[in-house]
Amino acid sequence: MKKKRRYAIAYSVLVALLLLLLGLNICIGSISIPFSDIFRNFTGQEIGETEHNILMQIRLPRALAAAILGGALGLSGYLLQTFFHNPIAGPFVLGISSGAKLAVALVMVFLLGNAVKISSAALILAAFVGAFISMGFVLLMAKAVDKMSMLIVSGVMIGYICSAITDLVVTFAEDADIVNLHNWSQGSFSGISWENVSVMAVVVAVSSILIFCLAKPIGAFQLGEGYAKTMGVNVGRLKVELVLLSSILAACITAFAGPVSFVGIAVPHLVKQLFHTAKPIVMIPACFLGGGTFCLFCDLLARTLFAPTELSISTVTAVFGAPVVIVILLQRQGEKE
Amino acid sequence: MKDYYFRAESLSVGYQGKTVIEKIKFGIKKGEILTLIGPNGAGKSTILKSIAGQLAPIAGTVFIGQRDLSMIGQKELAKELAVVFTKRLHTEMMTCEDVVAAGRYPYTGKFGILSEEDYRAVEDAMTLVQVEDLRNRDFTKISDGQRQRVLLARAIAQQPDIILLDEPTSYLDVKYKLEFLNALQQMAKQRQLSVIMSLHELDLAERISDKILCVGGQIVDKFGTPEEIFVPGYIGRLFGITSGSFEENTGNLELEPPKGEAGIFVIAGGGTGKEVYRRLQRERLPFVAGILFENDIDYPVAKALGAHVIAEASFQKIRAERIEEAKGWVDRCDIVICCKNKFGDWDRENEFLEKYAKEQGKRVEKPEKFFHNRQET
Repeated sequence: MKKKRRYAIAYSVLVALLLLLLGLNICIGSISIPFSDIFRNFTGQEIGETEHNILMQIRLPRALAAAILGGALGLSGYLLQTFFHNPIAGPFVLGISSGAKLAVALVMVFLLGNAVKISSAALILAAFVGAFISMGFVLLMAKAVDKMSMLIVSGVMIGYICSAITDLVVTFAEDADIVNLHNWSQGSFSGISWENVSVMAVVVAVSSILIFCLAKPIGAFQLGEGYAKTMGVNVGRLKVELVLLSSILAACITAFAGPVSFVGIAVPHLVKQLFHTAKPIVMIPACFLGGGTFCLFCDLLARTLFAPTELSISTVTAVFGAPVVIVILLQRQGEKE
Repeated sequence: MKDYYFRAESLSVGYQGKTVIEKIKFGIKKGEILTLIGPNGAGKSTILKSIAGQLAPIAGTVFIGQRDLSMIGQKELAKELAVVFTKRLHTEMMTCEDVVAAGRYPYTGKFGILSEEDYRAVEDAMTLVQVEDLRNRDFTKISDGQRQRVLLARAIAQQPDIILLDEPTSYLDVKYKLEFLNALQQMAKQRQLSVIMSLHELDLAERISDKILCVGGQIVDKFGTPEEIFVPGYIGRLFGITSGSFEENTGNLELEPPKGEAGIFVIAGGGTGKEVYRRLQRERLPFVAGILFENDIDYPVAKALGAHVIAEASFQKIRAERIEEAKGWVDRCDIVICCKNKFGDWDRENEFLEKYAKEQGKRVEKPEKFFHNRQET
């Protein structure tokens, strides 16, 4: 019962933080919009034209995207960590984000070069193909190498290769439209449209619900494949589902915001500390909320810290996320001794 | 074989179509413990995996009751059969109760929420193997022995009829080994569970098992009760022991005897000799032991380590030809170590032998003096 109270409090804290940051993200910017205006806007009252446009066309979709994609990142990291039984696995370090990035860049350059407008669905599809190919490499490596650290190293290498090719593509595509690509390939929540938001919301919502339905077998899987099998889990199917769902989530994030580092590793770890459990049924919603909160916070800093210059989102997430990874590594070392 | 609860018939197991062991046949009743023994890499784990339904058998059938194991779905099988693996389990933020509760998996609903009944089963399982006190402890922060018991509780919480354990005593020290096996035995009898496990400790296997399956090389070498398995010379053959020996009657395990011509005769009996024999072995000094009765506790050690043993049948007055034999060996040795301070009515012959050695001008010494002198030089 003590546990349940802890969960309730932790959830409340996360939801409150998420809402607070959502509000701050909408209010704060080069033109600050007082909270009362936001309230008036949504209750149908008139506010200034500029404020209304900034709010509805820029800040709100961007904040929602940060929350949704952040949640997806946290969740994707949690799934990969469970899948590989490795606390520092995540879509970024395993090179899955970079694979998706490469595929998206190629498709963008090709389509923009031929003056075809790109739909959100096409972006996700391209990202998914890229993510899936990278994931395939990682799985092959996982079969070949037994050591967890080696798996991560090979993932990072795949990431570098994909990033290098992406940079090459971006560098030589000098079309005016493609300048945007540069921003995106560094990772950013800027320039998100309502169409983007609605597509990502659907994809992420469906994936997250499916993941939540897998909470029970994931819990058994945490004890290892052997135990999961003997408890009646169809391990083969579960693994396919985990790979597919985490790839879809990673692809969705990359398609809209580019590669975002460290959120996938840091969030599940922080959330575990907060809830003091690793039970999937608690962790899945919590990682989503935590990821959203984390990304809103980082995006706020990215936008405002050196305004009007905007930092890439990964710059900020790395500052907060990388120390968490170091802490995890030190803890693991401590446990072994 | 029909009245066995869990049985295998002409079972062949292996990986990727390659047979490791064939023609496996065994059967146990409810409440019985079956132990798999055999050299490392002989395929004990492969057999366990196959009968756990983790590995598809290459040929043959495993029966639970009257049902073919391969016909039982994974989920249903989980209610019949639970497993405890050797590999260390790394958990994250799981209390021992969480680990035990994981065993309720086959019984819970879509989201794995535990019902009243599930909590009761978890409670019962923890009580049975006495880990209730560990309930709220982190699973990674308890001792190996406690961890193994918690894992057993997890298997029990699964409420199976059969529990398989792959080398459950591997990480345990002697105290925990005994505690664990006691808990296992109690559970098997109390819940009428069939237990199948692999063990490295032959002495413990002999004591706890109702049936033993000997796995050696390509085939199952033998299946039977401990009395049928532990017959003289068998274990040495099964494991291919070439340096050292295992004595089935007493479970006595010795290193190989020192090589070369024996220059020392040891007079002992009634337990005075075995430490001396072992010390001589450590110092690589070949020796002859005598005159011992075959039921003397010194006898198995002397037999394993001595270059030669002069022995008389149990409860038989030492006969003249034995004395003659012993005298012959004393003549050939330079040193006689006499471990006995007092002789009884039944080994006056040994007292006589000591006197004979002195008469022959041999160096006759007590063991303490002998080893002391050796250290000096």
